[in-house]
Amino acid sequence: MAIAPPPFFKAKPPAKPVEVVKERSMLLQKEMLAKQFHDLSAAKETGRKVVYTFVPGNLSELILAFDMLPVYPEINALQWGMRKKSGSMIRDAEKYGYSEDVCTYVKCDIGMFLNGNIGPTGEKLPPPDLLLLSYTGCFTFLKWFENLQKLYPGVPVAMLHTPYAADGKITGEMVTYMVKQLEEEVIPKMEMVSGKKFDREKLSQHLGYARDSEDWISKIFALTKQKPSPIDAYFAGVYYIGPINAGFRGAESAVEYYRQLYLEVAERAAHGKTPVTPEGDLEEERFRLVVEGPPNWTHFREFWKLFYDMGAVVVASSYTKVGGLFDEGFRHDPEKPFESLARYCMGCYTNISLPERINLLERFIKEYKADGFLINSIKSCNSFSAGQLLIMRELEQRLGIPVSFIESDLVDPRYFSYANIKNRLDSFFQMMEQRKRAGSHHSEGRGSLLLPIVESEAVA
Amino acid sequence: MDDRSSLDALISECERVAFDLQFARAKDWKHDPAASGRWIAGYLPIYIPREIIHAMGGLPVGIMGTGDRMQIIKGDAYYQSYICHLPRGVVELALAGAFDEFDVFLFPSICDVIRNLSGMFQIFRPSAYVKYLDLPQNFSPGVGGTFYRHDLENTMDGIRRHLGDTLKHVPRGEWVARLNYSIHLYNENRRRIERIVELRQEFPWRLSAVDWYHVLRAGLAMPVEEHNNILYELEGLLQEERGRKLDNIRVVVSGAFCEQPPVGLIKTIEMAGCYIVDDDFMLGSRWIEGDIPDDTDDPLGAIVTAYLDHSTFSASLYEAAPASGTKVERLAELVRKRKADGVIFASASFCDPALLDRPELQLGIERAEIRTIGVQYSEHTGQFKSIKEEVGAFSDSIKLWDSESGTHTWLPTVLEG
Repeated sequence: MAIAPPPFFKAKPPAKPVEVVKERSMLLQKEMLAKQFHDLSAAKETGRKVVYTFVPGNLSELILAFDMLPVYPEINALQWGMRKKSGSMIRDAEKYGYSEDVCTYVKCDIGMFLNGNIGPTGEKLPPPDLLLLSYTGCFTFLKWFENLQKLYPGVPVAMLHTPYAADGKITGEMVTYMVKQLEEEVIPKMEMVSGKKFDREKLSQHLGYARDSEDWISKIFALTKQKPSPIDAYFAGVYYIGPINAGFRGAESAVEYYRQLYLEVAERAAHGKTPVTPEGDLEEERFRLVVEGPPNWTHFREFWKLFYDMGAVVVASSYTKVGGLFDEGFRHDPEKPFESLARYCMGCYTNISLPERINLLERFIKEYKADGFLINSIKSCNSFSAGQLLIMRELEQRLGIPVSFIESDLVDPRYFSYANIKNRLDSFFQMMEQRKRAGSHHSEGRGSLLLPIVESEAVA
Repeated sequence: MDDRSSLDALISECERVAFDLQFARAKDWKHDPAASGRWIAGYLPIYIPREIIHAMGGLPVGIMGTGDRMQIIKGDAYYQSYICHLPRGVVELALAGAFDEFDVFLFPSICDVIRNLSGMFQIFRPSAYVKYLDLPQNFSPGVGGTFYRHDLENTMDGIRRHLGDTLKHVPRGEWVARLNYSIHLYNENRRRIERIVELRQEFPWRLSAVDWYHVLRAGLAMPVEEHNNILYELEGLLQEERGRKLDNIRVVVSGAFCEQPPVGLIKTIEMAGCYIVDDDFMLGSRWIEGDIPDDTDDPLGAIVTAYLDHSTFSASLYEAAPASGTKVERLAELVRKRKADGVIFASASFCDPALLDRPELQLGIERAEIRTIGVQYSEHTGQFKSIKEEVGAFSDSIKLWDSESGTHTWLPTVLEG
């Protein structure tokens, strides 16, 4: 006898091709990034110097103070991923000798180099004048730039080693180490490459803009504490963090962007609106989630749809903190420029210890009143992924909420299995639904989609 | 006991200690009734300054994984399939209580997996002192050197606070003497290791790479004084001709500095016609090149300077503009020094540092007209047939073709009995 599925599992009718709905801020951001890529393609003509650097621990204000243009290889890679072009670049890098096992951001970047260094907008990216290795929260960054050093022989490298906040604190010695590196390694090389003298006042001015942007973005992400949440802090969140992570933090234009964005989101919140999805406003917020780990970029839209089809909204995510933990109170300080750059680098999410990551996620789950916790574990990213199963177990034990674990990759399409992820998510949503019907988050038995191989007692 | 029996006994004992996953030798040392105040510091690959632990009355014990000696069940529940194998074994051991008598755990910066494992140990072992040792990637004395010194001092303070009364107060003068003595012992250890490496370079058939591996690995699980004695005895035994000289090529193995290759892989490389005349298997034991001054008023400063100026080359170290040469140059130099015919790049699967180094390193070495081959392994790999075929073909190609052109450096083509 056929059993009718519960209403919860009724599949939506096949979606008709719909015109993708984008918020105004998304369009504004698209313009900002497009201009940046255009400026980069014209850098040779305009004489502006180009700095390749990374998002976590980025020194945007310093780059702006020297009037240089940033290139973020991991952003190029994710943009190629979203355009479904990263796969061939990764295969080209593998043909060159890179193992299938290593980070696909790196391989996508190397593949892009091997294919003429054409950026995601189709314009050729200029080679770097400086490789600014802000080695923050990811050991692979170091290896990545060693490889770029070989591909761009003769280009100076400024290395900024960010100590790991292993003990959950930033000591004076760690700050001093970083400030000395800025003074003795980074700034002299930026002066040499740019041909400009370092201007402390200009840096402070940019740090002031950074602080203002950080104020606005913190307010924006705090609005997701409201029920229903006016935005999705993960799938839309990755758009919102674009400007602050991609070279605009410290620019006046970013302050204006985030002010506008705040007004837009606050208005949604005031009217009790749900998040905007690519298919319009979400009908109903049914599940509130906290998500750990980066998203998959190659199937971003399909991935997101798996959530909004079920009324699931991500109210907080760790990935949107890789460029800085601003909602935890950190602000760049124009009065203490170098110290605040140092503290910023050391406070990025992937640079904090595993126990601190767990504590932070616990706070997110409580403060944002999440119904469940999900980890999207990324094959490429050991910095995020190593230890995530322990994170999940700890949070499950502490809070007793439904948890789940899915796996994918950043930009390698070979590692996105729609069916596996959907199955796992369906079970997760079902578990949360049952919990909601039972009317309690905490009194029921624990729910986990991880096979309980290890007895909890053995871990303690 | 004749020399052969002595050597067999020595190797056998080293193999037992090297792969004793309960670390009985270290625990016996700690609980020696004739001594008091002893403690154990476990450390992960690659390098920590063991001299400091020794001078503080502790025994540094290398935690190098479980190899193929243990079935991993619980450890696998903590790691996704795309994380290397080493931490699974370490977690398995931790959950099985193998480290219960360890007082301190040190996690040197090498990669994100080991880094995050330090946080996992903070949760697994809240009663132990767990420290992430952030080895600097800036090699300027006033910048990276100062930071490193602070980090070492903080580590020592943390150990003292943790052990409390176990450590008796040592006046500064005595501490300087102690640390200098520890430096002396580890200098001696490195010197003796190098002498045997040189002996093996000349007479590789006298001690197989597997046997040498066991001797080196045992040194991570016993007091340095005992290991020095073993090395001394071994050096004496290797003065006599033994073994059978084969028509093997000579290779340097590179890339196996953290997760160790299974012993079966080392054996396979040898059986495929290669003498391993140098490698980076126990790189931490040979990290500092040359002696550290052992007669200064500032021995901690000497340890810091040695790290900044005399570290070996490694994927875990940032290659800035090293005065001593790039990694390619240094590896090529090692090949020439060991009169090797080629390089086998052998790295653990999912080891980002080694595997991200490999393409450019391999290209650079080949540009230096040195033959190479690359393999991947996991510490518990059990099948080596395809690797044996690949390495065998590599060996044959050098023997057959390079010999004709006169570039095969290893002369004898006749098997000797």
